[in-house]
Amino acid sequence: MLIGHQPKEFLLAVEALTVSFDGFKAVNDLSFYVEENEIRVIIGPNGAGKTTVLDLICGKTKATSGSIQFRGKELTKLKENEIVQAGVGRKFQTPSIYDDLTVFENLEISYPKGRSVYGALTFKRDAAVRARVEEVAEMIFLKDRLDTGADLLSHGQKQWLEIGMLLIQDPELLMLDEPVAGMSVSERVKTAELLNRIIKDRSVLVIEHDMKFVEDIAHKVTVLNQGQILSEGTMDKVKNDPKVIEVYLGH
Amino acid sequence: MTDNRFVNKSELIGILLLAALLVVILPLFLDVFRLNLVAKYLTYAFVALGLVICWGYGGILSLGQGVFFGLGGYCMAMFLKLEASSVENTKIQSTPGIPDFMDWNQITALPMFWKPFHSLTFTVIAIVLVPGLFALIIGAAMFKRRVGGTYFAIITQAVAAILTILIVGQQGYTGGINGMTDLRTLKGWDIRPDHAKIVLYFFEVGCLFVCIFIAQFIRHSKLGRILVAMRDKEDRVRFSGYSVANFKIFAFCVSAVFAAIGGAMFALNVGFMSPSFVGIVPSIEMVIYTAVGGRLSILGAIYGTLLVNFAKTSLSESFPELWLFGLGGLFIAVVLAFPNGLAGIWGDYIAPQIARLFNSGNSKPGGWAGKPVADSTPAE
Repeated sequence: MLIGHQPKEFLLAVEALTVSFDGFKAVNDLSFYVEENEIRVIIGPNGAGKTTVLDLICGKTKATSGSIQFRGKELTKLKENEIVQAGVGRKFQTPSIYDDLTVFENLEISYPKGRSVYGALTFKRDAAVRARVEEVAEMIFLKDRLDTGADLLSHGQKQWLEIGMLLIQDPELLMLDEPVAGMSVSERVKTAELLNRIIKDRSVLVIEHDMKFVEDIAHKVTVLNQGQILSEGTMDKVKNDPKVIEVYLGH
Repeated sequence: MTDNRFVNKSELIGILLLAALLVVILPLFLDVFRLNLVAKYLTYAFVALGLVICWGYGGILSLGQGVFFGLGGYCMAMFLKLEASSVENTKIQSTPGIPDFMDWNQITALPMFWKPFHSLTFTVIAIVLVPGLFALIIGAAMFKRRVGGTYFAIITQAVAAILTILIVGQQGYTGGINGMTDLRTLKGWDIRPDHAKIVLYFFEVGCLFVCIFIAQFIRHSKLGRILVAMRDKEDRVRFSGYSVANFKIFAFCVSAVFAAIGGAMFALNVGFMSPSFVGIVPSIEMVIYTAVGGRLSILGAIYGTLLVNFAKTSLSESFPELWLFGLGGLFIAVVLAFPNGLAGIWGDYIAPQIARLFNSGNSKPGGWAGKPVADSTPAE
């Protein structure tokens, strides 16, 4: 086994990952590694397979071949909810929240307790739950909107709510798909501030187009093109890579 | 702060009003014949209640609730039929001591699966467990494979059709198209005279309120909110760490057990059980009762069941051929104009008016309507 040769244990090890949709390889023999407390940004042109990579890690899409190890656990064999319970959280591109419930209820459902049928029936909204919901609501700027129906929030607030729903899960690996897309300038600033606060003490995998934002937060950048890695490294290294300039940054 | 108790003030008032209607007003003003009709309508209210949990909250439209109504009803009817088929009562048969329809079909010994129904305890357990397990099997087979929405509805229709054909075809074991008739006594107590009908009516109302409280408890638990969340964004629930299939199976099983209790009450109160309450048409009618009353409202579904059935009885007496068109039209009208049924009309229009009339500080609208925020999803 290779494990003996690896200098340290990675939180997430994606190896030879391939998924093909009717012969089209959306992700092709992809390998990358994410360390503890690392902030990794994935960039790449449209159709490069960025969102598919997140779909594969969180179990939404099943891999054709390859492996995804999270803390030594093989994720490709687990169901979506088991992957979440293993400590991987995912935010979708368009805000994915429960319109029919209030902000409080949205956060409460994401609270990592009472996840079985019996657990949900006997779940008590105790002081610890309330305190945690309020704490997270404060972080996502929605403390005074707890009783508001989620459908009445603005687009930016919905994005924050979904980030909050992930936060309350307290995942070790947080995956964010374009967290600032479609936000106003002031919302963008607040979101960057929010993200900078919540990415401490966990690893984060982000897809983002906003280069200013990427430069602000990324430890390492992976550039994807046509389902394969084009370049990987620090923002400076990637920015000056002629291959990257050609397909992505150049135009 | 969002309410977390299992009945809030306005719901408690709604439940007390319903209790007053069912326990005091109707028995006082209706004769035994009409009261027994109400008892028959209320058996469908159990089904409607289950549909509120399963369809209204969980978004799982089952067009096969007649199956569970039938299973519960047949379990009860088998016990009653066995008691009515004592050797003494059936001595003119070629094989005394077995149900009359078996004798007519040249069956000479009680089939194995009938034997445990000599015991009332077994029967009561079977009324809950048989439909519950059947729903568990269907639910697990469908929801674990992520079959949902329209496909699920069609499959439940198919199950209803299959069970009807099975019951009609195996008439030696089931009584066939005529069903099980001539049910007489429960542990020696005659269920046919007027005073027994009244006792059974009150027993049924009692069971209905137990089911209402169970439904209230589910609705106000976190599980109730997960059902609503699932109806809206199934994937998000999955990615919050829940097994969506298990929650759907649970909601479907609860609705099946409620329907089965209704079926058992039907056999007791009406005194027979037949395949005409199992198939596709009755299953769809039960969905209509729920839709008319309001699929998001526990009490609304019960009022809806009562009103549609009253209308059915009175209209089908005077215009028998028009009634079915009326029922179909009513369903279309409700779905198009009032997707939340009577409860929605009450919550949106009437309750605010009443609140304005009694404008004395606590003018909270709502009554037995669902929360306004939970009312926006259209039918599947």
